[in-house]
Amino acid sequence: MFPKGTKRKFSDSGDEPPAGSEGVNQPSSAAVRMLSSYSLQRQSLLDMSLIKLQLCHMLVEPNLCRSVLIANTVRQIQEEMTQDGTWQIMTQALSAANAAAQCSADRLVATEVLCRQTEAAQGEATPRPLPTVGSDGSSAEELVVVEEEEEERVEEGVSTLSPQPPTSYLPSTFGMDPCWEEETDEDEDEDSEECASGSEEGDNDRLVEDSRTAEQVFGTFEIKNPAPSPDPALEELFSDVDASYYDLDTVLTGMQSAPKMGPYDLLESLSSHGPSPLSSSTSCRSDLNELDHIMEIIVGS
Amino acid sequence: MGEDAESSKINHSFLRDYVTEADVISTVEFNHTGDLLATGDKGGRVVIFQRETESQGEVEEVGDTGESGEYNVYSTFQSHEPDFDYLKSLEIEEKINKIRWLPRQNAAHFLLSTNDKTIKLWKVSERDKRPEGYNLKDEEGRIKDISTVTSLQVPVLKPTDLMVEVRPRRVFSNGHTYHVNSISVNSDGETYLSADDLRINMWHLGITDRSFNIVDIKPANMEELTEVITAAEFHPHHCHLLVYSSSKGTLRLCDMRASALCDHHTKLFEEPEDPGSRSFFSEIVSSVSDVKFSHNGRYLLTRDYLTAKVWDLHMEKGPVETYQVHEYLRSKLCSLYENDCIFDKFECVWNSTDSVIMTGAYNSFFRMFDRETGRGVTLEAWRETSKPRAVLRTRRVYNGGKRRRGDVGVDSLDFTKKILHMAWHPEENIIAIAATNNLYIFQDRVNTESQGQD
Repeated sequence: MFPKGTKRKFSDSGDEPPAGSEGVNQPSSAAVRMLSSYSLQRQSLLDMSLIKLQLCHMLVEPNLCRSVLIANTVRQIQEEMTQDGTWQIMTQALSAANAAAQCSADRLVATEVLCRQTEAAQGEATPRPLPTVGSDGSSAEELVVVEEEEEERVEEGVSTLSPQPPTSYLPSTFGMDPCWEEETDEDEDEDSEECASGSEEGDNDRLVEDSRTAEQVFGTFEIKNPAPSPDPALEELFSDVDASYYDLDTVLTGMQSAPKMGPYDLLESLSSHGPSPLSSSTSCRSDLNELDHIMEIIVGS
Repeated sequence: MGEDAESSKINHSFLRDYVTEADVISTVEFNHTGDLLATGDKGGRVVIFQRETESQGEVEEVGDTGESGEYNVYSTFQSHEPDFDYLKSLEIEEKINKIRWLPRQNAAHFLLSTNDKTIKLWKVSERDKRPEGYNLKDEEGRIKDISTVTSLQVPVLKPTDLMVEVRPRRVFSNGHTYHVNSISVNSDGETYLSADDLRINMWHLGITDRSFNIVDIKPANMEELTEVITAAEFHPHHCHLLVYSSSKGTLRLCDMRASALCDHHTKLFEEPEDPGSRSFFSEIVSSVSDVKFSHNGRYLLTRDYLTAKVWDLHMEKGPVETYQVHEYLRSKLCSLYENDCIFDKFECVWNSTDSVIMTGAYNSFFRMFDRETGRGVTLEAWRETSKPRAVLRTRRVYNGGKRRRGDVGVDSLDFTKKILHMAWHPEENIIAIAATNNLYIFQDRVNTESQGQD
C-alpha cells in the first residue's frame, strides 16, 4: 500500500488532502497510494476523535469547548467520507460482514447518529445492523450502540459483543436528561428574574428529546458521572428531593450498582489488562458487563 | 538584600520541592495602577503581590522613579473551595479561572475571582492601627471585672504592624450552568459580565441574587451545538459594548443598547478561510482562546492556536495584523491533537501603549511582537536560564534553514511547559508570566542600550 522506502509521515499528510485525490481522471499508482494513505490517516483521525469523545464521559471535568471541536472534526470527516463515497462503501462492506464485525458497525452507527443531520441532507439510508435490543424505541438502541462502541473503544480485541438487555434503559432515563438540565436551570434562574426565560420555557416544553449521541455528549455535561463511591449520605440527600422531578429509582439503582471504583480506575484497569478490581472473573465477558453498567450510569444518569 | 533573596522573592514564591497540581497558576492580573499583582491557582488560592516602593527597597541607579520593581507577597487567601453539585453529581473545581480588579474607589482594593461556577468579590484592606485602652475589655479582649475599673479612659488608635485583611463581600452563585471562562468589569464601575460556554450574564456588583442574561447561544437541541463562547470582555470606555469570541474563530461585538438580549451581534468579525490551507484541524486551530480590547478601545487582540491577530473595530472582514506565534507547529497538528495540546488556551496581552502584544507558547517560551515593525521576539521563562537582573536573551526555534547556536529544535520542544497566563503592567514595561507553578516578573531597563528585558 505504501511506496517502498518511504517513511509514512503521519502528521504531514494527515493535514493536507493530496493533490491527486480530487477528480482524478487517470489515477496513477502513486496517486492511488497517496489516496489510500490519506484515507487511512483520515480513518485514524476519525477513530482518535471518537475515542476522545467517549472519554469525555469519563472525565471529571468535561470541557464543552473541546468536545464541540472534536465533534465538529468528526462531522467534517464524515461529510468528506460521504462525498468521497467511501462512507457508503464502508457501511456496505460492514453490513455484509455484520455478524463478525458488529463492533465496527456499532462504531459506524454511532458516528452516523452523531452526524445525522448532515447525512439526512444527502438522503442516506444508513443501515442499522444492530438487532433491536428493546422495544423502547430508538433511544434505547442508540444508548446500546453508544455504549457498545465505548466498550469496543476501551477494550480492544473483543470480537463478540452481545448487546445487553436494556432492562435499565428506560425512556424515562432519557426524559430525565432534559428534565435535570431544565430543572437545575430553573433552580439557578429562580432568582434571576431577568434571565432569558424565553429559551428556558421553550426547553421545558421539550421534555422528551431525541437522545442522540451528540445529545449525550453535550447533554451529559449537565449531568455528570456520579461520585466514585456512592454512600448512604448521598442517597439520603437524594431521597429528600422531590421525586416528581425525575426518576429517582433509576438513578439510585444506577448508583448502587456502580462498581466501587471511579472512572480513572476503570481506565487503568482496562488499559493494563491487569488484575481487575471488578467483582467477578477477569474474563472479557464480565468486564463487558461491568463496563456496560458503568456506561449506563454515566450516560443514563 | 542579596541576589538570592531577591530571586527567592520573585521567582520562588510558589516553589516547593515538588510540583503539586494545586500550585499551578491559572490566572495573573495586575490592578489598575500596577502596584498589586494577583495570581490564582488550581487549588483555589489567590496570592497578591505588592510592588515595593523606594522607601522599602534599594534605590536603583536606573530610572528616575526610584521604583525598585520588586514584587513581594502582600496577602494570600483561599478564594474557592472544591465543591460538589449534588443534583448533577458533578464535581466543581476550585481552580481560579480569572481574576479581575475593580477600579479603586477608596482605601480598600476589590477584586473579582471566579472558578467554574461562582464569582466572588473580595475586599482587600490594610489595617495598621488598632484601638487600645478599652474600658470594659483588657488587652487580650477579655471582659474586665467591672469592680477593677476605677477610671474612664478614651481608647486611642495605636499603630501596629501592617495587617492585610481579605474578606468576601459578595458571592455571585447559581448564575451559570456551564463553565465560566471570563469575567470583565464594566467601565461604569457598577456592573460586570461573566461568560460561560454558552451564555453571558451581566451582574451588578451590589446584587448577588440575580443577573441579566445578555447573550445565549445555546441551541434548542443540544445536538445542534457546534459553537461555544470562549472569551468575553467589556469595552474599556463604552459601557454598552462588549465583545465575545467563539470556538469557530469569530468575534461578535454586541451593543447592549440595541436589545436586552444580545443574541444578534452588532458586528461580526470573521476572517474568511483560506481554502488552500484547509485541513481537518482548521477549525480547531481557528478557535479563539482569548480576546482583549486595546487600551485605547480601537482594536481587538485575539489568540488562536497558531497566531495572534489584531482587529480594527471598524473593519469586520479580517484582522489588520496577523502574527505567527509558532508556525512550526502547523505540520505537527495531528500529534498535538492526539496529546490534546491543540486545545490549550493561550492568553494574549497588550502593553500600556498598545504598541506591543505578547502571548505564550511552549517550552516556557513566550513571544512579543512590535506592532510598528511587525517583528517578533521569543523569550524564555525558565529558572535555569534566568538569573535575577540578567538580561533575557532571545531564543529561536529551529525548523530548517540555518541553525544558530542556542536554537531549539522543533522536536525537542517541551509541550508540558506551556505559558498560558500572563499580564502586562498597565503603565510600565513590567510583565508577569506564569509558568506552571512559578511566577516570573520581568522588567524593562529603560536606561540600558540593549533591548533585553529583566
